[in-house]
Amino acid sequence: MAEPLARPSDLAVRRKGGALRSFLRTIWAVLWKDLAAELRSRELLSAMLVFALLVILIFNFALELDVRTRGTITAGVLWVTFSFAGTLGLNRSMAVEKDRGCLDGLLLAPVDRSAIYFGKALGNLVFMLVVEAIVLPTYSALYNINLFVPGLLLVILLGSIGYVAVGTLLASMAVQARTRDVLLPILLFPVVLPVLISAVKASSGFLQGAGWAEISTWINMLVAYDVIFIALSYMVFDYVVEE
Amino acid sequence: MGPMPKGLKLLTGLTALFFALALYLVFFYAPREAVMGDVQRVFYFHVAAGWVGALAFLVTAIAGGLYLARGERRWDQLALASVEIGVIFTAVNIISGSIWARPIWNTWWTWDPRLVTATIMELIYVAYLMLRQGIEDPDRRARFGAVYGIVGFISVPITFLSIRIFRTIHPVVVGSGDPTAEGAFDMTPKMLQAFMFSLLTFTFLYATLLWHRFRLQQLAEKVEQWKMKVLSG
Repeated sequence: MAEPLARPSDLAVRRKGGALRSFLRTIWAVLWKDLAAELRSRELLSAMLVFALLVILIFNFALELDVRTRGTITAGVLWVTFSFAGTLGLNRSMAVEKDRGCLDGLLLAPVDRSAIYFGKALGNLVFMLVVEAIVLPTYSALYNINLFVPGLLLVILLGSIGYVAVGTLLASMAVQARTRDVLLPILLFPVVLPVLISAVKASSGFLQGAGWAEISTWINMLVAYDVIFIALSYMVFDYVVEE
Repeated sequence: MGPMPKGLKLLTGLTALFFALALYLVFFYAPREAVMGDVQRVFYFHVAAGWVGALAFLVTAIAGGLYLARGERRWDQLALASVEIGVIFTAVNIISGSIWARPIWNTWWTWDPRLVTATIMELIYVAYLMLRQGIEDPDRRARFGAVYGIVGFISVPITFLSIRIFRTIHPVVVGSGDPTAEGAFDMTPKMLQAFMFSLLTFTFLYATLLWHRFRLQQLAEKVEQWKMKVLSG
């Protein structure tokens, strides 16, 4: 006997005002799909990682990262690395959906589209955090500098959230354009700049042991930016994927 | 679509008249600034161009919102017309500022919050135009344009805030500013009159260009439709 589309328990959940529940379940389904695909292919993460390490290598020679300059520019080097690797990941994660018609499949599903946005954004966030989790110890070991400051980790989390929130929205527009690979960084970087500025300032504040009063301004800016861009993307995502 | 509407003709004529008058005010009526000399006269059109740039991008964001809400093509045409004008005027603003900065700050460029914000704003809307160029489907182009116009416009004030925390050397002539900023000055009544009139003139210039560009776009669309009709008939 074929299983009925909605089991009675599902209906009961929905009747009990389970809209949020089903919204969360959709997000989880989209996120899980991305993670499962990545676990099997490891295409995206390996590309982002190798790219990130190459960027650091280039910086090493371009900036002569010796002991004296290292303290002041580490934050900048890290954020440039994260944002470049992040662009790579964002582009790829949306291009995969577009190329094999998966996006259309997703859109056909009778679910709230903003749930799809949050699922994709969370997936991108996970990839970015994984890359960061590998880059940080590598950088620490290579340059003999301790990056495991709790404050810095918080800044990296907040910065990545803001970056991914607006990045996912813009990437889903960029992949639908003819010039998609070149378009994403051009669309994303000027818009995401306040996040990068605050993240670099806060990170370098923590690395150089600045006082909380000095750093808190930048943290507030990061949080404000995160909230604004998540809300905005949530509101306009429908128009970006609509056919 | 018929001949040029009467209102547009009138507006164009009026703007030309205003512009001539504004040039007179800026070059002959306004007194020579005591410290900076004639190069200070850049100020009148520099600020006016910056104002038109910001106004144009605000109009784009609003028109984008209206397009998303109502789905009427004309709002998208308005948004595009406004962006093109805004990009040009922001460029005028940046370049004229640079010309002024060379003798006063002794450099063409400095990484000052105002300058950086203006440049980022310019880059966002150049990206906006590139985004539109990359999309063939008109509906999708309009939707993406609207979304990016809104996202970009909201990002600009935050960028300004986030770098504002550094000290600025850009003089603030209108409103209260740091009087020690390099190149600050007090406006005499005659200067203020010339300045206000420049603002008015540039606002008129913006409205005129916007209307012309909007009309051009509608004409282009009409031609496109006729072409299709001929080809298919």
